[in-house]
Amino acid sequence: MTTSSDTGSRAVADRLYRKRRLINGFNLLASGACAVFGLFWLVWILWTTLRHGIAAIKPSLFTQMTPPPGAEGGLANALFGSLLMNLMAILIGTVIGIAAGTYLSEFARKKPLGEVIRFVNDILLSAPSIVLGLFIYTLVVRQMGHFSALAGALALSLIVLPVVVRTTDEMLQLVPSQMREAALSLGVPQWKVTVQVLYRSALPGIVTGVLLALARISGETAPLLFTALNNQYWSTDVTQPMASVPVVMFQYAMSPYESWQSLAWAGAFVVTVFVLLLSVLSRTILIRNKVSHD
Amino acid sequence: MLTTIKTRFVAVGLATVLGAASAQAADITGAGATFIYPILSKWSDSYNNATGNKINYQSIGSGGGIAQIKAGTVVFGSSDKPLSPDELKDAGLAQFPSVIGGVVPVVNVEGIDAGKLKFTGPLLADIYQGKITKWNDPAIAQINSGVTLPDQNITIVHRSDGSGTTFNFVNYLSKVSPEWKSKVGEGTSVSWPVGVGGKGNEGVAAYVKQIKGSVGYVELAYALQNKMTYASLQNSAGQFVQPSLASFQAAAASADWKNAQDFHLVITNAPGENSWPITATNFILVYKQPKNSAGTKAALDFFKWAYDNGGKQAEELDYVPLPKALTEQIEAYWQAQIQL
Amino acid sequence: MAASPTTAIPASVVDAGRRAGSDARADGAFRWFVAAAAFIVLCALAGTAFSMLWGGREAFATFGPGFLTSTDWDPVNHKFGALVPIYGTLVTAAIAMLIAVPVSFGIALFLTEVAPNWLRGPVSAAIELLAGIPSIIYGMWGLFVFVPIMGEYVVPWLNDHLGPLPLIGSLFSGPPLGIGMLTAGIVLAIMVIPFISSVMREVFLTVPTRLKESAYALGSTTWEVVWDIVLPYTRSGVIGGIFLGLGRALGETMAVTFVLGNTHRLAASLLEPGNSIAATIANEFAEADSDLYRSSLIAIGFVLFIVTFIVLAAAKLMLRRLSRQEGAK
Repeated sequence: MTTSSDTGSRAVADRLYRKRRLINGFNLLASGACAVFGLFWLVWILWTTLRHGIAAIKPSLFTQMTPPPGAEGGLANALFGSLLMNLMAILIGTVIGIAAGTYLSEFARKKPLGEVIRFVNDILLSAPSIVLGLFIYTLVVRQMGHFSALAGALALSLIVLPVVVRTTDEMLQLVPSQMREAALSLGVPQWKVTVQVLYRSALPGIVTGVLLALARISGETAPLLFTALNNQYWSTDVTQPMASVPVVMFQYAMSPYESWQSLAWAGAFVVTVFVLLLSVLSRTILIRNKVSHD
Repeated sequence: MLTTIKTRFVAVGLATVLGAASAQAADITGAGATFIYPILSKWSDSYNNATGNKINYQSIGSGGGIAQIKAGTVVFGSSDKPLSPDELKDAGLAQFPSVIGGVVPVVNVEGIDAGKLKFTGPLLADIYQGKITKWNDPAIAQINSGVTLPDQNITIVHRSDGSGTTFNFVNYLSKVSPEWKSKVGEGTSVSWPVGVGGKGNEGVAAYVKQIKGSVGYVELAYALQNKMTYASLQNSAGQFVQPSLASFQAAAASADWKNAQDFHLVITNAPGENSWPITATNFILVYKQPKNSAGTKAALDFFKWAYDNGGKQAEELDYVPLPKALTEQIEAYWQAQIQL
Repeated sequence: MAASPTTAIPASVVDAGRRAGSDARADGAFRWFVAAAAFIVLCALAGTAFSMLWGGREAFATFGPGFLTSTDWDPVNHKFGALVPIYGTLVTAAIAMLIAVPVSFGIALFLTEVAPNWLRGPVSAAIELLAGIPSIIYGMWGLFVFVPIMGEYVVPWLNDHLGPLPLIGSLFSGPPLGIGMLTAGIVLAIMVIPFISSVMREVFLTVPTRLKESAYALGSTTWEVVWDIVLPYTRSGVIGGIFLGLGRALGETMAVTFVLGNTHRLAASLLEPGNSIAATIANEFAEADSDLYRSSLIAIGFVLFIVTFIVLAAAKLMLRRLSRQEGAK
């Protein structure tokens, strides 16, 4: 009697166990398939840019100015402009974004005001970039009376801002509260707790957010078109129109001339590789830091 | 390096204080129509090599060009659609042509080579209204004897973005088809009765190449560079003409510029035996009494140089330079209208 | 020390007192600084929203509430309505999220629990790279490479196999053009996957090891640990990542304009061309030649804010209900 019920329940348990193992195996396999799925598109798109842009990928791409159609040239002025404006945008967006994220997570976690700002920030995330460009156009370009790299950087920083706010807020909230309490109970002031304890443990996440934001603005055309405009020539003056890779790419890609089109694809390839390098670099630094601190 | 930036800040500050932008005299910014971006980029490069002056022209669309010159953020604007003399007067602007191009119908029908298919204006209007839906429709077959037309549906491709190309195309259709004029009308974008929209000339060209049995319209350079199957069109003199620099030139020369106030003239459906019917002009806009008179003068110098020296470069890029008579008229217009 | 216990206050205590004072000041300043930053975020949106409301006032005044329900879009006769772009925006974003959320979850799971250590870094960097591809390249790749494949193989297959089905059949019947809302949705999905999966991966990594280990010790499988421990622990972060992706999907312009077909007609089928708010603005703003036209374009930009607001509010409400149910359990 007892033995038969024993074997019966063991059979049930066995079946259950097998089922759980099966579900587990299937889902883990599916997760691998998802990763392959993502990589598949990446490889496909990169291959397309490389195939079309290979003719223009040579040293002159980095040393020569944007050419007229049919002539030899490169993207030096556009690469410099993009680098400068992205840097300025990231600087502005990251400083304000991390601070605002800190406020949301540390000072306004369950408060109505925090909820409102969080909500507003989520809406800002989906504002079409052209609309942000128009806002800065009215605010800066119209007031200054001409297009400028400064306005371009500001428009880009409006895209960086909500992404950094979102990720900082999330990452800080996930830092276990024991860490805060432990530090505070030792008499460490709150700003020090935030900067030295919380930021350090949330750093990888925040960096991911900043990288995503950077990746996103590296390819944005719409907000720059009405703010930084573009410049056929080399310019380092932030109060004047400045070239940028996405705008040049947009204009060249839509042209009928082959030499321009291949420059556009080459530009895309360079931007993507740049983002890749940056992401790998920052990750290595993070890992090294972690190792030395642990 | 740092000091130059500093001095520039100071210079810009000073310029703002003085209410004049004389600091920008060396760098002239213009913006507007996408159509002339390649040729202006070419001219600017050669002009810079010849004189050391930099003209920075950027394509933000004709609507953008008009808005920016009105807002005073650029030295000159550019539009594919001419402003009326009244509108120019209200804004204190002067207007003159820069270069000529044209719009070409392209098709993707099996067995038909470039230049073999013939369209008339009213026929094209009927197709774009969805009234003719098959390639072997009697209306098409009638004027295309000797061409085998398949029993295939016509897919219509138009521009999805607002554009000067669309403006000139529908302006032509309005001129030749009263029904088009009353039902659809003309503009940089219209409410298309049928069809799919492609982004830019590039988008339309790609759709026409991909979709079998499709018809679209693109600028000549796209048709030639992409080796597309273009069609010939019947002009106002009743002749079927092929799209080419010669037929564009004929239209530009025969158009009645002499009587056009502020060059307000759309040269579609131009008279003349050899004229291509959808020929288009691009226009430049500058202030008649510019605040930045040095900048405006530099811009006019540039266009004067381009009229005199840029003809060959224009033709290399499939644009038509302005006829001599017209550039003389333009220079007289500058003298009379623009106070520098 | 013991010699003067009452009169003299030890130096260290004075020091501590002074330090407490300066710490409090620093804390206050810190608090003000971060609050000011949060205020700037608030202002940025308020400024953008207001400038659009202001820019769109002419359209709202001319068309009234009918602006939201009209399918008209006739620049020649100055009749504008927002319904077609609103519909297209919602449909394409929904398709994108339907594909991107499960895939991103799979990728995050793979990168945190399944993949061998040496593979994690490269694969996650590669996935993030999808975010770094300029959106116009997605558009051109879509136009030249992806659309022909959709038109040649995928759409006819969908027509044959899903078209005859009742109810959903009408969603999948249409001409084999290759462009349309389905294509746009798929391209959008590829674009948002890196946003969602990166955030998911980061938050999954924050789950304390002892939590997971205790579950493993009880005999849980990897999947059970992820589904029952990791996901509930990181829920708010996961939602944040999804919002990040949704935001991008709703507001994306360049990529969509190339593959959507951009026609102002309401179509039941996902295979028909449609339009979206961001695409309409990007397509037509530069050439808008009348004030009312320009105003209408800015007005639909404002409408996108409202649409986003409603979508987010609905999502948050749903979450609150979910957590309340869980609380009741």
